Amino acid sequence: MSARPLALSSRIPPGLAHAGLLWPSLGIILAFMVAPIAIMLTYSFLVPGAYGGVEWTFSTAAYEQILFERDFLDDSLTFTPDYLIIVARSLTQATVATLLCLVISVPTAYYIATRSDRVKNIWLFLITIPYWVNLLIRTIALLFVLRDDGPINSALIDVGVIGQPLALSYNGFAISLGLIYSFLPFMVLPLYSAFERFDFRLLEAAYDLYASRKVAFFRIVLPVMRPGLIAGSLLVFIPSVGSYLAPDILGGGKTLMIGNLIGTQFQAARNWPFGAALSMILLTITLIVLLWLARRAAQQQQSN
Amino acid sequence: MSTARLRDLRVFPGFGLLSVGCVVFLYAPIVVLAIYSFNDGRSVTRWAGFSFRWYQTVFANQNIQTAAINSVVIAVIAATVATVFALGAAIATVNGKKGGGEGAYVVLTFPLMVPEIVTAVASLVFFVAVGISLGFATILIAHIVFCIPFAYLPIKARLESMDATLPSAAADLYASPAKAFLRITLPLLLPGLVSGWLLAFIISLDDFIITALVAGPGATTLPLHIYGMLRLGMTPEVNAISTLMLAASTVLVLISGLLGQAGRKH
Repeated sequence: MSARPLALSSRIPPGLAHAGLLWPSLGIILAFMVAPIAIMLTYSFLVPGAYGGVEWTFSTAAYEQILFERDFLDDSLTFTPDYLIIVARSLTQATVATLLCLVISVPTAYYIATRSDRVKNIWLFLITIPYWVNLLIRTIALLFVLRDDGPINSALIDVGVIGQPLALSYNGFAISLGLIYSFLPFMVLPLYSAFERFDFRLLEAAYDLYASRKVAFFRIVLPVMRPGLIAGSLLVFIPSVGSYLAPDILGGGKTLMIGNLIGTQFQAARNWPFGAALSMILLTITLIVLLWLARRAAQQQQSN
Repeated sequence: MSTARLRDLRVFPGFGLLSVGCVVFLYAPIVVLAIYSFNDGRSVTRWAGFSFRWYQTVFANQNIQTAAINSVVIAVIAATVATVFALGAAIATVNGKKGGGEGAYVVLTFPLMVPEIVTAVASLVFFVAVGISLGFATILIAHIVFCIPFAYLPIKARLESMDATLPSAAADLYASPAKAFLRITLPLLLPGLVSGWLLAFIISLDDFIITALVAGPGATTLPLHIYGMLRLGMTPEVNAISTLMLAASTVLVLISGLLGQAGRKH
């Protein structure tokens, strides 16, 4: 009965109508997203063409290039950590951003969830607006305040606290701050929604059983927030690890992350197989983290 | 136990201060940027009096106008197409759970799982491989694809919370399926459709990296143009145009917030 009322016409069989509704979306994603990624996987095992593009010769050179440098003269391979450092930096930056977002967001989400309904809505509204603001604009705004001649450094010099401007921009610190700044709302909102239905009588019971505030928070409050912790960590970690704008704009193009390295291979360097191999590695990292956290979430649900 | 005691028990010291700090951190850079966009001086550092001169420069710039129009046209078309497609997909996946519902859901939300830069280069490689020349059309196709999940999720959520017996009741009262859909289902779905469309619209306006790779030399959008301006360094024009985009996003959030409230009252 439930399928019938939504069918477009009684003359079209329900199976066909169902397919007709579903397939435009599925088809466009399969054609323009899944197929391109399959092509990328293929390209990662080919060799670069002379003028960009690829030549159809099977090779694992693109993956070897991540660890080794090939000598032009005798074709020998020497280990080089350059690209490995970039991959490690991406993972570290994303992990730091995720952890710091957690540290800021857990108390914030808890605080918002314990306000009255009216005040709660104002707080949520304030957290939501930056989520809608263009990421490029927000990154530019952060660069603007961090620059050597930006408002922070100018004010500190005017007051006489420092003589030389602090190096706040164009380094790893600026990238970290940029990632946190970009994705902080992604952490606060899921934590809040996980926490919204918390039964505060549990807290009261804990105190009655002589729990300290610290014990009550870590043993009662935090476990309730766990689905939000998992969702928020995914929403911060995944865009952070592959981020392009924060390292590009705030890192000044010197401190690269894997996203920038991929971009360069398809634009300036024109080494498509190497770029494709890097993309596959980034995609694999993303999917592993996704599956790992999804499994933890499922286990959590079972134990509850 | 009194509510006053309970309220007190809920408080953890320092949490309020941290929350205020969090909001200040989120807003300080954009507020400072907006203030300096009204600076009269050429330098972005020293305050030289209030003026609209950089806004006048931005409005007089033909290239910025073209880029802005491109951005809005692409976002409107992409959001609309994505919403129509997502509506069909949502109806199909909510009603027909028997036939491969899980698989369809994974495909529909797949664009959310792939890092943007990977989507960007994969799209570039694909368009080059099949011989579609880069430009307005390729931007549009790429935007429709990544907008679909953003339109799909709110519509699906709304559809799931809807009373499924209402269209059946309409059918019992001799409404044709088409009429039941137009008169019952669609109006009830409207808040989900509006929020899905707005989300897709904003996501399309926001995108930089995918657009940058599939745009080719011909077409440009506002974020691409701003990024190009930034290559020449932070200028007052960058501040002014950023502030305009900031204002546009805020207005859109306000509209969606008001619509959401109106939806809740009904």
